[in-house]
Amino acid sequence: MPEIKFRLKRQDPQDKANPDAHWEDYTVKYEGENLTVLEGLFYIQENLDPSLSFRYCCRASVCGSCAMYINGAYRLACQTNVKHLDVDEIKVAPMPHLQVIKDMVVNMDDFFAKYEYIMPWLIRNSPDPEKEIIQTPEERKKIDMPVDCILCGSCYSSCPSSWGEENYLGPAALLKAYRFEVDSRDEAKRERMPQWDNERGVYRCHTIMNCVEACPKELIPTEGIQWLKKAAVRRKVFRKAK
Amino acid sequence: MIHHDLIIVGGGLSGLGAAISAKQAGVDVAILSQVHPGRSHSGQAQGGINAALANHPEGKDDAPEKHAFDTVKGGDYLVDQDCALQMAKDAPQVIYDLDHWGCPFSRFEDGTIAQRPFGGAGFPRCCYGADKTGHYLLHTMVEQAYKLQVKMYVEQFVAKLIVHDGVCQGVVSYDMIRGGFEAFTANAVVIATGGTGRTYSNTTNSLISTGGGISMAYDAGVPAKDMEFVQFHPTGLYTTQILMTEGARGEGGYLINDKGERFMEKYAPKAMELAPRDITARSIQTEINEGRGIGGQNFVHLDLRHLGAEKILERLPGIRDLSIHFEGVDPIEAPVPVVPSQHYWMGGIDTDVNGATVMPGLYAAGECACVSVHGANRLGGNSLLETIVFGRRAGAEVARYLETLTEKRPNARSADAATQEMEKKIRDLAAKDGTEDAYKLRAEMTTAMKDHFFLFRDEATMKKGLEKVLSVKERVKNIGLRWTGDVFNVDMIRTVEFEGMVDMALCVAKGALERQESRGAHFRTDFDKRDDKKWLKHTLAYKQDKDPLPRFEYKPVTLGHFEPQERKY
Repeated sequence: MPEIKFRLKRQDPQDKANPDAHWEDYTVKYEGENLTVLEGLFYIQENLDPSLSFRYCCRASVCGSCAMYINGAYRLACQTNVKHLDVDEIKVAPMPHLQVIKDMVVNMDDFFAKYEYIMPWLIRNSPDPEKEIIQTPEERKKIDMPVDCILCGSCYSSCPSSWGEENYLGPAALLKAYRFEVDSRDEAKRERMPQWDNERGVYRCHTIMNCVEACPKELIPTEGIQWLKKAAVRRKVFRKAK
Repeated sequence: MIHHDLIIVGGGLSGLGAAISAKQAGVDVAILSQVHPGRSHSGQAQGGINAALANHPEGKDDAPEKHAFDTVKGGDYLVDQDCALQMAKDAPQVIYDLDHWGCPFSRFEDGTIAQRPFGGAGFPRCCYGADKTGHYLLHTMVEQAYKLQVKMYVEQFVAKLIVHDGVCQGVVSYDMIRGGFEAFTANAVVIATGGTGRTYSNTTNSLISTGGGISMAYDAGVPAKDMEFVQFHPTGLYTTQILMTEGARGEGGYLINDKGERFMEKYAPKAMELAPRDITARSIQTEINEGRGIGGQNFVHLDLRHLGAEKILERLPGIRDLSIHFEGVDPIEAPVPVVPSQHYWMGGIDTDVNGATVMPGLYAAGECACVSVHGANRLGGNSLLETIVFGRRAGAEVARYLETLTEKRPNARSADAATQEMEKKIRDLAAKDGTEDAYKLRAEMTTAMKDHFFLFRDEATMKKGLEKVLSVKERVKNIGLRWTGDVFNVDMIRTVEFEGMVDMALCVAKGALERQESRGAHFRTDFDKRDDKKWLKHTLAYKQDKDPLPRFEYKPVTLGHFEPQERKY
């Protein structure tokens, strides 16, 4: 039976005797050739330390629950096969720069508050047609990239602009703003724009591109943010509608 | 104690559908969800959602009645036909509403919503967004819930219903972030917690699909209906059982055995790979059992190579990624090893067409409910549809129900009592030293379900399986908590949910033994024919006080539109 060492960053702020972050080592045994990091965490929770806390749901890289900092990179624990990491020791920490609730569970309240703030829904002014709103395949293609976001928070945690400014909306929320602004069915004129066209919004992005590197779905938030900056110029300087 | 007029348990598509329609009707509504609603299992759905839009050039003659007929026939006539008709009639408006809310459906050249062929359907009526339809629908519905300012309590593990004088008045929930149990009182509760796939070790389902909602209702005396009907999807990835959408075959993918044959020719010469799931899954398993799995192993191939890179990248990018990440195979270059895997729970909380249960104040919608529109076998593309159609209907029905209520104050004493009961249960679990290992027991039970209640069933095999699950039920009494911390206690959640899973497994096991016929997903080698005379009826399982097994009642299937006939594809 193969085995591999896991080194986990543990923290229980509720534990008065030991509230600080610290590393603990475990040996995970498994059958066959494959072990995902998420399976490793379950092995530890079931067999070695029942107090381990982590988020989980789909185990198929689509729900965005299990983004963690694994051997120096943002990864979904469920999507990460230890054999592909090719290391002797799997190092797992919660996403950095976010408040730890317990072990791998971080506070996502601000992340979702910012998501809500940018008005992440289609805005229509004309009455809905009886059937679908016509959208050509070319128009649909424009939203291909941003609609695949799973809101895992990797980009948000990785962004140096977020570390320095807690009010910065961050890559995920801005990518969502882009997703709607660029949708041919969206009729927002100036409704959503004030949410992102300000000092907390797109201008805080300094194109460091950490978000692009961090995204486990290989999306490009920076592309969306740059599009929004250009849209602001188009709309404000050249008085274009979109 | 927190109060809302309506508490919805579960933030997937059904819960969101109920929340949105209740909110639109002016109801004070809140969602309690174990995960952020955007992370719900609904997001794993891939292939699409059925509606007779007639957008496809070959679907011009499609109509809701034809959709209903396919659904009834696909369900091997155990479907309540009025309900299937209602679902099919509601379907087009559901799709148009989703489009108006921004759902990124794929498009035909003329800009209308694209539709693809799906299993058991007479016309290409499955609307899709690439192969990520569940993810797109889920995010669209979450966005609407935010827009309407639906109150969401996120990371709440709901463990118990509050029942006062036979009326449902709320739930008791564990706050995973702050710790502790709390009562949420309400004048109505909608359960929308999804299926129970994790009672099988070989499932495509999310790790949280543990059937908590069904077992809560079952505990409270509400019957679980048709639980013996469990769907096995033909194509889960071989090593992980992660779903490979039926859309892969809808787009033209082949199923291939060791001899290189498209073996579906033998089993469903007309429909081929697009026969209903029960038939396709049994065909694959027959090939494997008879030694024609690839290299004699326990899998067959899903071959997409002939579709070409362009089509795969455009229509099936999601399953390509999954196949690469989880199976190490790129479908553009090689066939994908697949195996039938538990996928969907046809049974569930017995409801009417508006989500109402026999208990006043208690409603259910989605996979945890059984209306029944799927009968003995659900058609692909009907589950996403079911979630939103019946979620919305339940939300609207609750709004009507609340208007008829004269007394709108839940009984605080019953709420307190239920909360204290739950706290005592946790204290008792914590006090036990746990002579049985809860996780080993779980593995034992889920393996027994796979081994004994899979695609081919017979009395001897099932009796052995039932004994195993009964033994687990007995030993569950000896499990204890290993960690008693307040915050994000995964050990506690997994221990509590497991007790409910065992009851769900017993409903499947005993229900399957009782039903001496083959119908849809329930196939018995010792009774290999459908028996309409004796068994054209729904199973209702009631929890008993002393006996670990359920007590059964049966009720007739609503017919009247389509005469039962033999299924041929």
